[in-house]
Formats: sequence, C-alpha cells, structure tokens
Amino acid sequence: MTVAVHPSQTGEPVFYLADEHPHPEGYSTSLGFWIYLMSDCLIFAILFATYGVLGGNYAAGPAPKDLFDLSLVAVNTSMLLLSSITYGFAMLTMQQNKVAQTQVWLAITGLFGLAFIGIELFEFAHMIHEGATPQRSAFLSAFFTLVGTHGLHVTCGLIWLVTLMVQVGKFGLIEANRRRLMCLSMFWHFLDVVWIGVFTFVYLLGVLR
Amino acid sequence: MSTDTHAAGAHDHHHEGGHAHSTFSGYMLGFVLSVVLTAIPFWLVMSGALPSKQITALVIMAFAIVQIVVHMVYFLHMNTTSENGWTMMALIFTIVMVVIALSGSLWVMSHLNSNMMPMHQMSGMK
Repeated sequence: MTVAVHPSQTGEPVFYLADEHPHPEGYSTSLGFWIYLMSDCLIFAILFATYGVLGGNYAAGPAPKDLFDLSLVAVNTSMLLLSSITYGFAMLTMQQNKVAQTQVWLAITGLFGLAFIGIELFEFAHMIHEGATPQRSAFLSAFFTLVGTHGLHVTCGLIWLVTLMVQVGKFGLIEANRRRLMCLSMFWHFLDVVWIGVFTFVYLLGVLR
Repeated sequence: MSTDTHAAGAHDHHHEGGHAHSTFSGYMLGFVLSVVLTAIPFWLVMSGALPSKQITALVIMAFAIVQIVVHMVYFLHMNTTSENGWTMMALIFTIVMVVIALSGSLWVMSHLNSNMMPMHQMSGMK
C-alpha cells in the first residue's frame, strides 16, 4: 500500500497522482465562473462585430445622430458605475461579516441596476415609438441585439441579486453564500466592462459618425 | 485524515483570501478613475472640443481601453497570481479571440462591401 501511494520512494518517476487529494466544496468555482465570463465575452465580441459591420446600414432610416440622446446615456452610464461601487462596498462589508450592512449595499446596488434597466427600456420605448424598431434597418437590428443582450444580462443579474439577498437573509453569510456573492460580483463588474464598450462604440462613435 | 482535510481547507481559504484582495481605497480609486475616464469622452463628443472627428474617435477609444483595464484591476481584481495564473491565461486567450473576431469581421466585410458591384452599375451593364 505504501509503495502504491508513494512509488517515487522506489526511485521510479511518477507522472500521475496516485490518489485524488480532497478539495473543499467550491474549490474551483471562481476559476470556472471566470471561464464562463470569458465565454460570455466572446458572445458580446461577436455582437460587437455584427454591429461594427452593419452599424452603417441605415436603409434610409434614422441614423444614430437622430436617435441617441447622449445626456440620457451619460445618466445611464453613471447608474451602472454607481451600482459597481456599491457592490464593491457590499463585498467589503461581507468581508467584515456585517450581514445587515451587506444587505443594505446589495439593495442599493439593485436599485441602481433597476434604474439602469428602467432608463434603457424608456430609451427603447421612445425609439420604437418614433418608428426606429429592430425591423427598420440592419443598424437598428444590430443595435437592439447588442444593447438588448446587455440589458438582459443586467436583468438576470438583478434576479440573481434578489435571490442572494433572500439566501443571505435566511442563512447569513455562510461560506456558500460568500462564494455566490463573489461570483455575482465578478458578473456585475464584467457587465460594467461590457457597457464601457457599448457606450464608446455604439453611442459615442455612433453620434460622431 | 480529518486533520488533513482541515489543513487543505485552511490552505485554500487563505488562497482565496489572497484572491479577493479588496480594499476600500482600491474600490474608491477605481471608481474615481472610472468617473474621470467616462466623463472626458462624453464631454469630448458632446462639446465637440477636438477639431477633427477622427482624432476624437481615436481619443475616446483610447479612453475606453484604459477604463477597461482600470475595471479589470480595481473591480475584477485581475492579477497574474490568482488561481495560479489561470484566470490571466483565460483572459489573454479571450482577448486574442476577441481581437481576431472583431478585426477579422470588420476587415473582411469592409473589403466585401467595397469590392461588390453596386446595384445601379450592374443594371447599367445590361
């Protein structure tokens, strides 16, 4: 038995693990979640590429200059940025084991996220009301797909956030909940990174064009 | 055996503590940098401060890249040591894929657009 577990003592080189050493639960979660985020990043890259290719095909319809209200986009951007920093505060209070404060910061993050989605839906409704529907031109199809996918991600993040608040309320800041909050933190900040691309390439460059 | 598992758990907990690595000053620095890096491009486009559109476009793209790096470092806590460098490897692989997908699509499709014969010329050839 000793020889089987430690064959290297006999002098032979060993190129495999003789036995699986135990990993605690959630050992590989953060790396796995990071790899999920990277695959999500590829989805957005393809949507950005699609927008880049089709973004100039207006089909005699409205152009970005006619549609986008940059001050509204600036407000929207600040909502997402503020929600990022408040999630950061939630993570800091989580590290200090303050359950109530963590919940408060999570709730504030959720409100900012909700404001972001609300403003985005208002913008979409306004555009559709003016006849700039996804079916109008290739530019608008690509725009609604890219920005809508981002908005859908934020919506999923909000549902996840509420779920975790219920979890923390029920079970407190146990190890599993800390791990889940860590994953949502990565997801939330990742969406903010994607939004940097959206407001730069879609809105700012669109208005410049 | 139970002490062995406990030791492994303690080790991994310590490892994750090193991974989290978040401080109040780090978040605040990242936030202030992000606000500045967001406000300047918006101001440049909305006021038209720069004389040429092309220069403005290049400048705001540069600001976007810097801000993405700021978010990666201060909010996502990217570094070369977390998870034994595997998160960084995954990130570098993704960046390579993204650059190929974006530049390839734009390059191929712009050539396709410029080399396709426009419809009105085609009807004139009949």
